[in-house]
Amino acid sequence: MQTVTSPALSPIFGRFTIESLPLHEPIVVGTFAMVAFGGVVLLAVITKFKLWGYLWTEWFTSVDHKKIGIMYMILGIVMLLRGFSDAIMMRLQQAMAFGGSEGYLNAHHYDQVFTAHGVIMIFFVAMPIVTGLMNYIVPLQIGARDVSFPFLNNFSFWMTAGGAVIIMMSLFVGEFAQTGWLAMPPLSGIAASPGVGVDYYIWALQVAGVGTLLSGVNLIATIVKMRAPGMTMMKMPVFCWTALCTNVLIVAAFPVLTAVLALLSLDRYVDTAFFTNTLGGNPMMYVNLIWIWGHPEVYILILPMFGVFSEVVSTFSGKRLFGYTSMIYATLVITILAYLVWLHHFFTMGSGASVNSFFGITTMIISIPTGAKIFNWLFTMYRGRVRFELPMMWAIAFMITFTLGGMTGVLLAVPPADFVLHNSLFLVAHFHNVIIGGVLFGAFAAINYWWPKAFGFKLDTVWGKRSFWLWVSGFYFAFMPLYVLGLMGVTRRLRTFDDPSFQIWFIIAGFGALLIALGIAAMLIQFAVSIRDREKLRDVTGDPWNGRTLEWATSSPPPDYNFAFTPVVHDNDAWADMKLRGYERPVTGYRDIHMPSNTGAGVILAGLSVGIGVGMIWYVWWLVAVSFFALVAVAIGHSFNYARDFHIPAATVTVTEEKRTAALAGAAL
Amino acid sequence: MARPLTLLRSAAVLPLALLAGCDMVVMNPMGDVALQQRNLVIFATALMLLIVIPVIALVGIFAWKYRASNQDAAYDPDWDHSTALELVIWSAPLLIVICLGAVTWTGTHLLDPYRPIERIAKHRPVASGVKPLEVQVVALDWKWLFIYPEYGFATVNELAAPVDRPIRFRLTSSSVMNAFYVPTLAGMIYTMPSMETKLHAVINKQGDYAGFSANYSGAGFSGMRFRFYGMDDRGFADWVARNKAGQGALNRATYLQLEKPSEKVPVMRFASADPGLFDAVVNQCVRPGTTCMNQMMRRDAGDPAAMKTMPGMAAKPQPHSPLTGGDAGEAPPKNPRDIQQRSNASPSNPTTM
Repeated sequence: MQTVTSPALSPIFGRFTIESLPLHEPIVVGTFAMVAFGGVVLLAVITKFKLWGYLWTEWFTSVDHKKIGIMYMILGIVMLLRGFSDAIMMRLQQAMAFGGSEGYLNAHHYDQVFTAHGVIMIFFVAMPIVTGLMNYIVPLQIGARDVSFPFLNNFSFWMTAGGAVIIMMSLFVGEFAQTGWLAMPPLSGIAASPGVGVDYYIWALQVAGVGTLLSGVNLIATIVKMRAPGMTMMKMPVFCWTALCTNVLIVAAFPVLTAVLALLSLDRYVDTAFFTNTLGGNPMMYVNLIWIWGHPEVYILILPMFGVFSEVVSTFSGKRLFGYTSMIYATLVITILAYLVWLHHFFTMGSGASVNSFFGITTMIISIPTGAKIFNWLFTMYRGRVRFELPMMWAIAFMITFTLGGMTGVLLAVPPADFVLHNSLFLVAHFHNVIIGGVLFGAFAAINYWWPKAFGFKLDTVWGKRSFWLWVSGFYFAFMPLYVLGLMGVTRRLRTFDDPSFQIWFIIAGFGALLIALGIAAMLIQFAVSIRDREKLRDVTGDPWNGRTLEWATSSPPPDYNFAFTPVVHDNDAWADMKLRGYERPVTGYRDIHMPSNTGAGVILAGLSVGIGVGMIWYVWWLVAVSFFALVAVAIGHSFNYARDFHIPAATVTVTEEKRTAALAGAAL
Repeated sequence: MARPLTLLRSAAVLPLALLAGCDMVVMNPMGDVALQQRNLVIFATALMLLIVIPVIALVGIFAWKYRASNQDAAYDPDWDHSTALELVIWSAPLLIVICLGAVTWTGTHLLDPYRPIERIAKHRPVASGVKPLEVQVVALDWKWLFIYPEYGFATVNELAAPVDRPIRFRLTSSSVMNAFYVPTLAGMIYTMPSMETKLHAVINKQGDYAGFSANYSGAGFSGMRFRFYGMDDRGFADWVARNKAGQGALNRATYLQLEKPSEKVPVMRFASADPGLFDAVVNQCVRPGTTCMNQMMRRDAGDPAAMKTMPGMAAKPQPHSPLTGGDAGEAPPKNPRDIQQRSNASPSNPTTM
């Protein structure tokens, strides 16, 4: 034990000193050099080609849900690279550290790596990808011109990006939390974690959490209020339903996270005793609260992907979705049950047998609607014409992988089984099995499916298939050994090992991670190759897959206003229905279209929020005060901005639509 | 399709070869409690495979049979509902969950770690009059303290029990949460500061087994391992004698030294142990002059008997706020950085990055 004497806080730099920079960690310095180099090159390129103005006016300040959706996806994919580097580092460490070897990472570094991996993958990879998809697709599927609150949407994105900035900053300035991804007290309390790591964690999540919550509110309002005429709730595409349920979960669950992190901050900053060991504090309260958010969170991630698979399986089977109604009810049941299972994350903390049984059984009950969904997809393929395009390949890989992951999940829901498997690598394998097999495979299906909609050309299939096989086989090589290791009694977050018989399994798992790395590379190459060959892959119809829902009714990429005329809906699968009934696209009678104006307020507000966060992390109180008052001032100032909308004149709409008419005629020849 | 098939085949053969050679302790435990838990794992898995295998098979069959190039297969683009099929879809998983739920309810109650065990193995109930061996477990930064109140000694990082005698663990932790886990013996249970958990188990075979912390607790977590020995009665008596013959006493002062963070600590033996130490650790009052939490709570609840036993209380009137009185223990330092800190560095491996 050491007593850290506290040097007086610098009035300018707070507790930041030159020693806060991890200059003694060569890996971090090397990474920083690479990132800095890459960043400088990127900035130079942007400056050289004078792209700053374009990026600012067309993207950063855009309130167009489509551009915001794409920015979310880019954020998610960039952060995936960071989160995956952490994964590779862990795999390497665990494959090496046997027989007295300490591996190549010390505890301080390794413990940050596994914490950052979890936090980044959930909050800054999965969440942006899910939110980005919903942002892009939902308004198009319901025949709307944008979301309900377009400025709020831009602001939400930048808050999420602000959280990502804070967490990336922790890599090079100071340290990140060494607590595991949920920062459980007492370990995350000020006594056990006095450094800036947990504060980085708290403020990254608080800033990003605002964005998530507001985008949840926005999408609920959009889905409830902005559906095209005729689209009753039970005629809504399944993806919109799952998006609605996800956003209800977000709005109900994220405030709990905000509150519990606020209480933890109070413990850390002003010596309250909510979660301390003494003075009446109760760490179990934190464990309960964080999982009351944390369990719905996993359904927040997976439900939209269930929607994606519903769209994909139906489209590529050339069939209506089997059991639409039961699919919707299954989703609703999952939404409600998501709140009744949180305790299964800590059966081993000494709850009574009846409490454990209750939460175990409610958990199993969730597998009923989930199972029903799998069957519905299965019977959608039945008597269909299944086309094995990339999205469908991901869907089939999902159905097999997710069924396995679901089975091990139900197994873990049996409390006595959980006693021997909790915190083991079996558990780690289980949740990667459902998150990779469900959320990521879903995201890849969605990217391959909707890319042509977003950019007007399909993705290259050769590199797409390479990526698919590398990812799928890589997943099995990386995580099946972890199931075995879990049964060998190996638990998570260990840095070194005694028993040499474990090593071979860690090496196999490392090989799997390498395959996944190649899969990620193949996917990036797929994007690059597709952009290069975009003229060859061009789709002018706007409906490359013979789609069934309204987003395929408009051009690819859709015009700013999405639909020149708001479509009228008569049936589920509105676009398939329109095609069947010989829908003719109107080519005259365009009117002015009312649109929201771009604004930079979102970027500025999020930037100031990052200022508050960084000031709080480093105890730089002047920065907190300045940022806070500036934030309030900008928010008030923005409320006086009345130049918030404009009209696209009918003449412009006519030009745009006539181009499409010509393109469609060209394609028909 | 050649590549995926080869991949699948190699993926199937290699693990089988490896599995044959590895010791899956969770699947092959030596303690009756862990064995029953293992049986539940197998039962639940088998039950679920009843539905999982057909589903996975059907995915493959349907995907292949209804592939677009197979124009002979039926095509029914508007078929999207069948009440009978929906009934099967919902009821098949429901039946499995009812079955599994019933087993879960009984299994969870029978294998509740707080419930004293009633059998030492199948068809071998605990003989009447057998008193379980009590072991008090304190998870420290980053080592395990085991106190044997029946014998009055204590060890660090070494645990032993006689074969076929029920063991009753009382567990707590000094600063942060850990989980006590001896896979061969019984499922894990968390050890948490200011709280006490319980675990009942029995070991059925002599041997040298691994035990460790299963919940991440900071820099020294990976080294928080101990050996657990299952011994025959004679061996255990020898082991007890060996510990009793050791030097050193575990009193409050030595505990406060021991409690300080250290890593990969070799086995330590204390010939005697303060009988009240465990309760003092649970109640956060090992340090002289601190008030025990249970007394504080009793006083808050208005129990007059508690007041007399508290330092200084008999003479003083009860303060309005129990937390601001002079007896509320040492106030935390004003500046959080003055708190005694656990080192984040890893002293045992300064050479790594």
